[in-house]
Amino acid sequence: MVEGNFTTVSGTGEGSSPHSLAARIALFGSAIAKPANVLFTMVVTILGLTAITFIIGRVMPADPVLAIVGDRASQDVYEAMYLKLGLDKPLLQQYWIYLTNVVQGDFGKSIMTTRPVLDDIITYFPATLELASVATFIGIFLGIPMGVAAAVHQGRLIDHIVRVIGLFGYSVPIFWLGMVALLIFYAKLGWLPGPGRIEVYYDGIVDPVTGFILIDSAMQGEWEIFQNAFSHLVLPAAMLATYALAYIARMTRSFMLDQLSQEYIITARVKGLTETAVIWRHAFRNVLIQLITIIGLTYASLLEGSVLTETIFAWPGIGQYITKSLFNADMNAVIGGTVVVGIGFVGINMFSDVLYRMVDPRARR
Amino acid sequence: MRLKQLALLAGFAFVAAQAGPAVGPVQAGTPDDTLIMAKNIDDIIVLDPAEVFEFTGGEVIANIYDRVMMFEAEDLTTLVGGAAESYTISDDGKTITLKLRPNQVFHSGNKMTAADMAFSLRRVIKLNKTPAFIFTQFGWNADNVDGLVTAPDDETVVLKLNSDLSPALALNALSAGVGAVIDMKLVMSHEVDGDLGYEWLKTHSAGSGPYSLKTYKANEIVILEANPNYRHGEPAMKRIILRHVPEAAAQRLLIEKGDVDMARDLTPDLIKGLEGNVDVVIANDPKAALIYMAANQAHPILGNPKVNEAIRYIVDYEGMVNSFLAGQFKIHQAFWPSGLWASYDETPFSLDLDKARALLAEAGYPGGGFKIRIDTLTKSPYPEIAQSVQQSLSKIGVESQITLAEGKTLWPMYRARKHELIVAQWSPDYVDPHSNADAFAHNPDNRLEASLTGKVAWRTSFFNPEINAMTEAGASEADPAKRLAIYLKLQKRMQEIGPFTIMFQKSEQTALRNNVKGYVSGANFDLVFYRTITK
Repeated sequence: MVEGNFTTVSGTGEGSSPHSLAARIALFGSAIAKPANVLFTMVVTILGLTAITFIIGRVMPADPVLAIVGDRASQDVYEAMYLKLGLDKPLLQQYWIYLTNVVQGDFGKSIMTTRPVLDDIITYFPATLELASVATFIGIFLGIPMGVAAAVHQGRLIDHIVRVIGLFGYSVPIFWLGMVALLIFYAKLGWLPGPGRIEVYYDGIVDPVTGFILIDSAMQGEWEIFQNAFSHLVLPAAMLATYALAYIARMTRSFMLDQLSQEYIITARVKGLTETAVIWRHAFRNVLIQLITIIGLTYASLLEGSVLTETIFAWPGIGQYITKSLFNADMNAVIGGTVVVGIGFVGINMFSDVLYRMVDPRARR
Repeated sequence: MRLKQLALLAGFAFVAAQAGPAVGPVQAGTPDDTLIMAKNIDDIIVLDPAEVFEFTGGEVIANIYDRVMMFEAEDLTTLVGGAAESYTISDDGKTITLKLRPNQVFHSGNKMTAADMAFSLRRVIKLNKTPAFIFTQFGWNADNVDGLVTAPDDETVVLKLNSDLSPALALNALSAGVGAVIDMKLVMSHEVDGDLGYEWLKTHSAGSGPYSLKTYKANEIVILEANPNYRHGEPAMKRIILRHVPEAAAQRLLIEKGDVDMARDLTPDLIKGLEGNVDVVIANDPKAALIYMAANQAHPILGNPKVNEAIRYIVDYEGMVNSFLAGQFKIHQAFWPSGLWASYDETPFSLDLDKARALLAEAGYPGGGFKIRIDTLTKSPYPEIAQSVQQSLSKIGVESQITLAEGKTLWPMYRARKHELIVAQWSPDYVDPHSNADAFAHNPDNRLEASLTGKVAWRTSFFNPEINAMTEAGASEADPAKRLAIYLKLQKRMQEIGPFTIMFQKSEQTALRNNVKGYVSGANFDLVFYRTITK
C-alpha cells in the first residue's frame, strides 16, 4: 500500500515509463488484453448473476402465477397463466429460453406492471441513478475535506467532530433519519418539499428523453421544473449521502493518517515545502488512489441499496421496483433489475480501475 | 496557506448556499379543482375491467366506467340502473331484458349503444381472466355467450341465464367491475391479434363514467380527468390524482402539510397522532373486508367439530378491537359483512377459555396436549392476531407455532390445502351475499382433483351437503324475502358447524383536509366515489 512512495517526493519518479523494448511490448500487449479480459469478466459476471437470480426465483415458494391472477382465481384461469408463463417446462429449458431472449434484448414482461421489463428499467433506473449520483457527489465533496481535516488535526476538536459524524452516518438507520429529516425540513420548517420526485402538477410536462428529470428539464428550458425537481432531490440525496459521506470521510481520515506518518512526508517537510503542498500534493495524491476504489464501491452500493430512501421519499426508483417484484415473484423484473444493477456495479468497478491506472503509474506496470 | 484553506472553505460555503436559495419557499396547499390523495397504489396490475381484481385498481375503474347496474353514492344500499336505465325479468326468471339509458356518450365522443354493452359482457367471458367467474355462474362460456348475450336493437340488451341463478343475484353481479360498459369502437381499434383490445386497455381507459384515465405510471401516479358530459353532471374536482406514497408516516406529513387532500393508508398510531389537528378530519367507513381464521378439516384434530367450536372461544375479540385493532376493525362473526343486505350481526362468541377447555375434553383432548401451526401474513395486524390466538391456545394446553409469509407464498399453500390454522382476510367480489356464501359455504366436490381453489370452503376441506343445498337455494331463489331468510339461516348454521372463526370486519380510516367534503366510501372496495367530492 505504501511502497514506492519516495518516488512521488522527487516529482520526477511518477509516471516514469519503462524504457526497454520488451517492457514496451508487454505494455502494449496488456493494453489490448485488458479490455478483452474485462469484457470476459463482465460477461461471466452477468451470466452468473442471471443464473443465480433465475434459480433463486424459481425455487422460491412464492407463486408468480398467483401474483397475476390473484388468490381467488379458478383452476382453469390459473393453469392458462401457468402455461403462458412457460412454467411447465424444465428449469434449464426455461433459463435457456430466457437467456436467448435476453441476448436479443428482450428481458420479458413484468407481471406487476405488464410492461416490458426494459421499459420499466428505462423508467425507474434514471431516478435511482440521479439520486445515487448526487448523493455520491455530496459524499465526495464533503467527505474528503472532512477526512483530510480530521487526519491533519488528529485528536483535536475537528477530528472528534468528523469521527462523530462518521459514526452517526454509518450507524444511524436511514429509515429513521429520513423520517426525522422530513419532519424537520419539510413539515416543521417548510424549507424543502415533501416526498416525491417532482410536484404532481408538473407531471408529464417534460418529455422523458434521458429519464433524468434534472437533465431533461434543463435541456427543454423548463427551469421552474428543474428547480422543483432539484428541491425534491435535496433531502433524499442528503439522506443517502450521509452514508457515503461517513464512509468516505472515515476512510480518507484513516488513509491520510497512514500517509502522514510516512517518511516521505518528513522528507517533504524537511525540504521546506508548505504544509498545503505536503498535505494535498504529496500525501493526498497517494490517498486518492485508494479512495477511488472506496468511492466506486460506495457509489455502486448506493445504486442497489437505496430501497429504504426510495420508500420514505416515494421515489420511483429501481430499488423499490426490484423489492416489490421480489415479493410478487415477478422474476423477469427481478432479474432485469438485478442485471442492470450488476452492470452498473461492474461498470463502476471498471471505471474506477481505469481511473486508478490513470492516477497511479505503478498500476500500469 | 491559511488563505487557501479559507478560500476552500468559502468555496464549499458558496456551493452549500447555492443549494439553499435555489429551493426557495415551498408552496403548500393543492389547487381548488384538483384532489390529490396519498395512497399506496402498488397493488394495481391492470386497469382493464375484465381483469381488475385488486383494491386500488377496482376503485379506479369504478370511477371511470359506468356499470350495467350500480350502487350509487346517494344511496349505497339500493341497486339501481347504471348504463342500463331499466330491466325486466321474464316470468321464468331466465331472461333479463335491459334498456339502455338514452344519449350516453363515452369519453371518446362515441355514442353508447346496446352493442357496446353486449360486447363488454361477452368480452369478460372470452378473455377469461380471474373475475370472469362472476359471469360464468350465469352458465355463460366462450362458446355460448354470443347467443346468450344479445343486442336486438340499439337500446336493448337481452341476457339469458343458462343456470339456476336467481335473476336478483345476476343483477347484483352486473354491478361488479366486470359489469363495466366499455367503448367497443375505441377498444377494438386497438385490437392486436384478436386480443379484444386487451393489451391496450390494461393501461388506458374507454369508459363513460365520471372520470377518464389521463395518466397511469405504475408505482408512481394515476391521474384522472373529469368527464364534462357525465350523466350526473360534471364532477366538481376536475382532476383526481393518486400519488403513490408507500410509507404511511410520509403520508401523514403530507396531509398535515396540506400537500395532499387525503391520506388513505394511515395506521392507527398515525391516526391517533392527528387527533387535535384542526386542519385534518378522520372519516370512518365500515368496509366489507373480514378477518377470519380457517381450520383445515382434513387435519386429524382440527377436523373435529368440537375442536372447531372450541377455537371460536379462544379468540380475545374484545381485547383485540380495544387494543391494536382500535378504530380499524370491529367484531363481526358471520360470513356476510355488517351494513350490507342480508348481513347477520349476531356475535355469540367471546373469549371463554373454560368453555374451550370443556369442548376440547368432549372432543377427546382433555387439557389440549397437541400442537398446531398458525399461518398468516407478515403485515400488521395479522401477526398480532396470530400471537393473541397463540397465547389463548397455550392457556388451554395447545402448543402452536406461528409461520409468517408474504401473500404470494401463503396463498399457494392455502390453495393446496396445506395449512392447519390460517388467519386471513376476505372481501366480497360483488355486493350479493352469494359472493361470500359461495366462497365460505359452498363446496360441491371435496376431492383434491376438483381443485375448486377459489372457494375457501374447498381449501379447508369443508364439505356439508346440507350447507351446499342451502347455498344453492339462496343463489337460485328469486323472491328477496325468501332469499334473506335463507342467508340468515345459512350464516347462523355456519357459525355453529363451519370451519371458520370469523372475527373482525374492517373499518377504514381516511384522513382528509377539513375543506374536503362529500367523500363517499361504501362497504365494498369498488364503492369509493370521487365524483361527489368538493373542496
